[in-house]
Amino acid sequence: MIRLDSIGKSYGGVQAVDGVSLHIARGEFVLLIGASGSGKSTLLKMINRLVEFDRGTLTFDGADIRTLKPEDLRRRLGYAIQSTGLFPHWTVARNIATVPRLLGWPAARTAARVDELLTLLNLDPATYRGRWPHQLSGGQQQRVGVARALAADPEVLLMDEPFGALDPPGRAAMQAEMARIHQSTGKTIVMVTHDIDEALRLATRIVLMDRGRIVQAGTPAQLLEQPASEFVSDFFGRGEIGLKRLGLHGVAGILRGVEETEGPPVSASLTQREALSMMLLRRTDRLAVVGDDGRLLGTVLLRDLVLRGPDGRDG
Amino acid sequence: MAAMAEAGIAAPARLRPWWRDPLPWAAAALAALVLGMARLEPLFAALFPALDRPLYAQSTFLALFVSHVVLVALSSAVSLAVGLAAGIFVTRPAGREFRPLVDTLVAIGQTVPPVAVLAIAVPLIGFGAAPALIALALYGLLPIVRGTVAGLESVPAEVLDAASGLGLSAWQRLWHAELPLALPVLLAGVRTSVIVNIGTATIASTVGASTLGSPIIVGLSGYNTAYVIQGALVVGLLAIVTDLAFERAGRRLGRWRQVG
Repeated sequence: MIRLDSIGKSYGGVQAVDGVSLHIARGEFVLLIGASGSGKSTLLKMINRLVEFDRGTLTFDGADIRTLKPEDLRRRLGYAIQSTGLFPHWTVARNIATVPRLLGWPAARTAARVDELLTLLNLDPATYRGRWPHQLSGGQQQRVGVARALAADPEVLLMDEPFGALDPPGRAAMQAEMARIHQSTGKTIVMVTHDIDEALRLATRIVLMDRGRIVQAGTPAQLLEQPASEFVSDFFGRGEIGLKRLGLHGVAGILRGVEETEGPPVSASLTQREALSMMLLRRTDRLAVVGDDGRLLGTVLLRDLVLRGPDGRDG
Repeated sequence: MAAMAEAGIAAPARLRPWWRDPLPWAAAALAALVLGMARLEPLFAALFPALDRPLYAQSTFLALFVSHVVLVALSSAVSLAVGLAAGIFVTRPAGREFRPLVDTLVAIGQTVPPVAVLAIAVPLIGFGAAPALIALALYGLLPIVRGTVAGLESVPAEVLDAASGLGLSAWQRLWHAELPLALPVLLAGVRTSVIVNIGTATIASTVGASTLGSPIIVGLSGYNTAYVIQGALVVGLLAIVTDLAFERAGRRLGRWRQVG
């Protein structure tokens, strides 16, 4: 879908992006992560030509992006940034309709699409379509920003630290929203973040960058379990990697049969990290697990969290 | 207010009965003065018993008012067209280098007194409304250029980033995002420019343009205080009405930023 080949860009002698090659396949959810100045945001903006690269080639759907008109390219790539990127002088509906209007959609189709997207992002169309951005909370503004990026059903969604301005609950809610949208639409998503937990939670692949280069690219588990260098383990926080690994997997994979336990049962959607935390809190070594329907599914044992591989294999 | 915000309707800034709004009163006073100045002759005769002719009568106040407004409107239109174009140009990547030059030029336009421009213009193009138009247009340029540049620079960088990233062309970005967001600040510049020119246009009478300054100039040179008061009253009211109207327009334009 998107192929970067030895892409480079320097600003006044400093290599902002230095020989980056990366292939992003259809349906991937790629998180570009790194410290500020690592070149992650610059790299993202090269994909929609907000930043031009000086070396290498970048193809989108087989076409060299330099042969495409920037406006046409950008209308095929949804783009979402922090909530402040909404047009303050346009209503929610008009904001979401930006790209459909540029593409000349009929008004009725645009209006229907706006309502569809508001519903997708859990905003009641009748309540929100006529509001001004300043009348919304940060989280609601961010939902509108995502809806606007998705409006013309783009092939790829590019997101530049979209949840940076949100408080922790708002951020968690938007992450859940994005995971759901990725699953239901199968869109290719490329997101820039500096939040490690966000990357581990959402990514099908993490691309860790430092000083303009890719340090390591792989699944969250690969980066945590087989770090390519000291830099990678340091970045993910050496002391917490074990916990972060547990956070990648749900309790469902390591359930044993129903046993006698104390305390109320926990949900099967919990991660193993959350289960461990719950055990520490309750000072117990086992938890009963129930499904969404409230049916008892089994038991998680502390022994299994610690000794077995996260997917249930003996470690 | 809270209920209106819930319904997604921008609430009016102030809810007050119409009779507490100064705009209709000032407008009515202006209209009454322009149309009915002749009826005030006994009043001025009583106030200034020493004067033979206590009412300016070389031209009707309606005619003076109309030519004054036309002169200000034309010169402001020229200032707006030139100032807007210059302000947009120096905030584009291609024109950024010209910013100091344009700043200097408009500052000169503001520093040189309109009287001096008139003095230079008259030998070149003769007496009448044309030199007055040029002097006023130059004088009014600075606030408009400043307002345009300040307005365009106040547009948040994220909005520009989003606009480009969503696929708006440079022109679409200017037209759909930058200018509408710059408009409140831009309008403040236009307001200053127009109000200043309403006052300054009075001196255009010294080079033969017929304006509300005519009774003032004639009154000053002939020691006729009544003429001066008549002209000044109408000009003052015109400035007040225009200012109130601009304030009203500015509030309507900024309705998307009102809280609640």
